[in-house]
Amino acid sequence: MVRWLILVALAPFLGGCATTNGDPRDPLEGMNRGIYAFNDKVDTWALRPVSRAYHDYIHSEIRDRVRNFFGNIADPMIGVNNMLQGKFEEGFFDWVRFGFNSTFGLFGLHDVASDMGYEKHNEDWGQTFGRWGAGTGPYVVLPLLGSSSVRDGIGTGLDYLTDPMGGLRRAELRWGLWGVRIIQVRSDLLDVSQLLEDASLDKYVFQRDAYFQRRRSLVYDGRPPRERDIDTIPPGQPK
Amino acid sequence: MTRVLALLAAVFALGAAQAQELMPPDVLVKQVTLEVVDLIAKDKEIRGGNRAKLIGLINDKVIPHFNFVSMAALAMGQSWNKATPEQKKRVTEEFKTLLVRTYASALASYSDQKFDFRPLRAKPTDTDVTVNVRVLQPGTQPVPIDYSMEKTPSGWKVYDVMVGGVSLVANYRTEFNNLVRESGVDGLIKNLSAKNRALEGADRK
Repeated sequence: MVRWLILVALAPFLGGCATTNGDPRDPLEGMNRGIYAFNDKVDTWALRPVSRAYHDYIHSEIRDRVRNFFGNIADPMIGVNNMLQGKFEEGFFDWVRFGFNSTFGLFGLHDVASDMGYEKHNEDWGQTFGRWGAGTGPYVVLPLLGSSSVRDGIGTGLDYLTDPMGGLRRAELRWGLWGVRIIQVRSDLLDVSQLLEDASLDKYVFQRDAYFQRRRSLVYDGRPPRERDIDTIPPGQPK
Repeated sequence: MTRVLALLAAVFALGAAQAQELMPPDVLVKQVTLEVVDLIAKDKEIRGGNRAKLIGLINDKVIPHFNFVSMAALAMGQSWNKATPEQKKRVTEEFKTLLVRTYASALASYSDQKFDFRPLRAKPTDTDVTVNVRVLQPGTQPVPIDYSMEKTPSGWKVYDVMVGGVSLVANYRTEFNNLVRESGVDGLIKNLSAKNRALEGADRK
């Protein structure tokens, strides 16, 4: 049933495999662009206006609490992923953060751990697979979820399966919280998405390249090895 | 007497120029960042959305510390060598306009976040360094901003900015190369200037 639904949802895009610039990382560009256009419509007509209203009408103090709350319940799994990547100290401190913020920080509403110097980390299953040596595989634009790759798409699936909110028995509570989290995340990206719109000549290409750069940086925790292919640098330019 | 004064003035000017040249890159980044943020905080018009004034401020305070020729060359990659000197000049100009405008949008969304200026990890003899700054915001991971800088006769100049691990110039490379492949360097120039004109039109609205 679910598989059939996905197929139906994808059907309109499968025909769109026309224009490609032949980027080796993006063999599915035709289909991806189709899904991208669909996501863009959903964003323009639903997600962005709701997030804009959330940003404009809810006081920033409250938005900070909401961000902290969702950040806090994510910390234990961030810790697990850090440990799976062999970073036991970081993983331990993710749990320390969860402990402090859940108690002194009133159920995670206040990020007291950051004030104490325990910084928040950014980890997920896709990064863990990357750290284990898995390449990204082809670029994939997921319906509604946006930029991803084969590796990170599988990672995102696992992220959802291991999401503590997934354990909530009452479906309406679970979906309600997921909904609020999506709006919170999107509202934090309002400025970034406008910047993308302004800065890019071809938004699809710009976002794809940024996605690959960003994920590579995250896998290496912000210190990726330098990857400047020598022959693209003109003579007389800095190396 | 006047000659002595003139000489003194000249020596002084030379000294000042040299002092600026010698200002370490991390100190330069910190000083310019804090100055710009402070000027914006004090300026009601800019905070009220006066984009032209903000761009003026960026042109005065920030732009002198950027090397746009390097940025354009790195963004174009292999295509740079195919361009004539006149085309290189046009690309650099249009790219500069686009980047200044993008920078203005980024600054306009700045709201009181704290900066963490990281100590520079480089040897005194290095002529190509990365200056790390982090923007701190509770509840989320700090956002790293890394300035790639090169030493030039007129001081340290930025030739790339990485935000959250995304290099600005590298991110333009695919777009630029696609356009050059489709319609040559002139096609790229046409696209850039059309983009700039569209953004300018949107500003005036």
